[in-house]
Amino acid sequence: MFARVAWLVLRKDIAIEVRSREILYTTLFFAVSCVLVFSFSFVREGRAVPDAAAGILWIAIAFAGTLALGRTFERERYGETLRALLLAPAPRPAIYVGKLLGIVALLGVAELLLVPLIAVLFQAELFDRPLLLIALLSTGTLGFASVGTLFAAMLVRARTRDVLLPILLYPITVPVMIAGVRGTSALLATPPDEPSAIMWIAMLACFDVVFVTLALWTFEPLMIE
Amino acid sequence: MRRIFTPLTIVVAIMFACSPILIAGAPYESTMGLIQKIFYYHVPSWFAMFTGVFTCGIASIVYLFRGRPDADRVAASAAEIAVVFGLIGLVTGPMWARKAWGVWWQWDAKLTMALLVEMIFVGYLLVRKYGGPGSDKLAAAVAIFGMANVPFVYESVNIWRTVHPKTSVVPELARTAPGMAGPFWFCVLAFMLLFALLLTARIDLERRRAALDALYLAEED
Amino acid sequence: MLTAIASFLLLLAVQQPPPGQGEFVPISQLPPGDRLPAAPLLIAAYAFVWVALLVYLWSIWRRITKVEAEMHALERRSTSGSRPR
Repeated sequence: MFARVAWLVLRKDIAIEVRSREILYTTLFFAVSCVLVFSFSFVREGRAVPDAAAGILWIAIAFAGTLALGRTFERERYGETLRALLLAPAPRPAIYVGKLLGIVALLGVAELLLVPLIAVLFQAELFDRPLLLIALLSTGTLGFASVGTLFAAMLVRARTRDVLLPILLYPITVPVMIAGVRGTSALLATPPDEPSAIMWIAMLACFDVVFVTLALWTFEPLMIE
Repeated sequence: MRRIFTPLTIVVAIMFACSPILIAGAPYESTMGLIQKIFYYHVPSWFAMFTGVFTCGIASIVYLFRGRPDADRVAASAAEIAVVFGLIGLVTGPMWARKAWGVWWQWDAKLTMALLVEMIFVGYLLVRKYGGPGSDKLAAAVAIFGMANVPFVYESVNIWRTVHPKTSVVPELARTAPGMAGPFWFCVLAFMLLFALLLTARIDLERRRAALDALYLAEED
Repeated sequence: MLTAIASFLLLLAVQQPPPGQGEFVPISQLPPGDRLPAAPLLIAAYAFVWVALLVYLWSIWRRITKVEAEMHALERRSTSGSRPR
């Protein structure tokens, strides 16, 4: 029942998105422009500052993710579908999981674009250890999205939701950012520093477990109107 | 609760008045000299701040899962007091660091964690003020997540070498520098009592505000 | 704040020590020009702590008196309003 509800919510979001592709395109383009803006700050004499690539990748993910979260829940608020979802006889944590997977999927597509872009722009050998990179990106994105989905869902009714989401989200997801940036830097080192990267991936996995559990636990009492 | 307010104020005032005398009498630290004496106010400030953080976190859990309004009042008060003590720590710390280490700020585990926790609880206060309807529950979630975040921030930044004095300084104080232990624990007690005093006063304010809101609602009927 | 966090992340990625201070240097080994007088900083720190705490206590007291004044005004209004019955 739980898995089915989550899958249905996810499928609904994907179906809506595939039809209009509005959030997808705007998020992707925003991520790309983020990368460009930060590149201008950190390129000196035509070459990037070393290790800037790792930082810029994760900043772009964080900013694009915040935007995507805001837009996804704005759409729910506009259609007043969130209340309908909550009224449905479905376990509420399952609704959270469905929305979480939708955000992770969206950010995953963004990362599919961002990683090659950054590899090209900064001559970063991001594809040396593809499996570790995928593990790092997926655990990091999941961690970021788990906190973000909860906060964005709760902020739907707030008037100042646009600015409150980053204010609340960024300090709490700093460990994700630290681990992501350091892990990516470790993978970009020559030769790639695998033990460090694996340690950061393990830490991100811990973060994911703790915060997804916390989110599932608090989603129910929080969404009571 | 209001009855302990006046005696508590007197005790705290006396303790704080005595503290400079005790601190001046404490022995000098070998490498840092005079500036190390900031330690007697700086560290107890952080103790008070983290007491506030955990009080807020636990009260938030109680509020979220039991719905008791007095838990919400405790959480809001504790968060505000934690931010105040955190600000004190974050200002006195760089003052100490500038003289002792030559830099105002260092990105090591303790400082980064302290700054982030301060930011999370400032976020808590912003949500309570500007979050609109339902913001008390949202703020409770922020407090819980913030509290859960503390070990992760500490560990993730801790990988680099840290210039900050190690945590082991405090427990070993009685052994390594007995002259310092007395004034230090005196200041800790003073700050903890001050925390209790401020918390009592602040919860009283929240309770009065709730009573006022109830009066307004009754008037409208 | 966003730029602060962004630059913090990039600073992490660029793992170079700040120029001139890479290690903990004991005060006695610093050149005399780098030494600051400790007393003003110490006094400033203690003064800040006292002032901050007193300001906060005063702000709580001020808010309590404001709420009490409002409550009295409200009670007066409701009793005067119900008198002409």
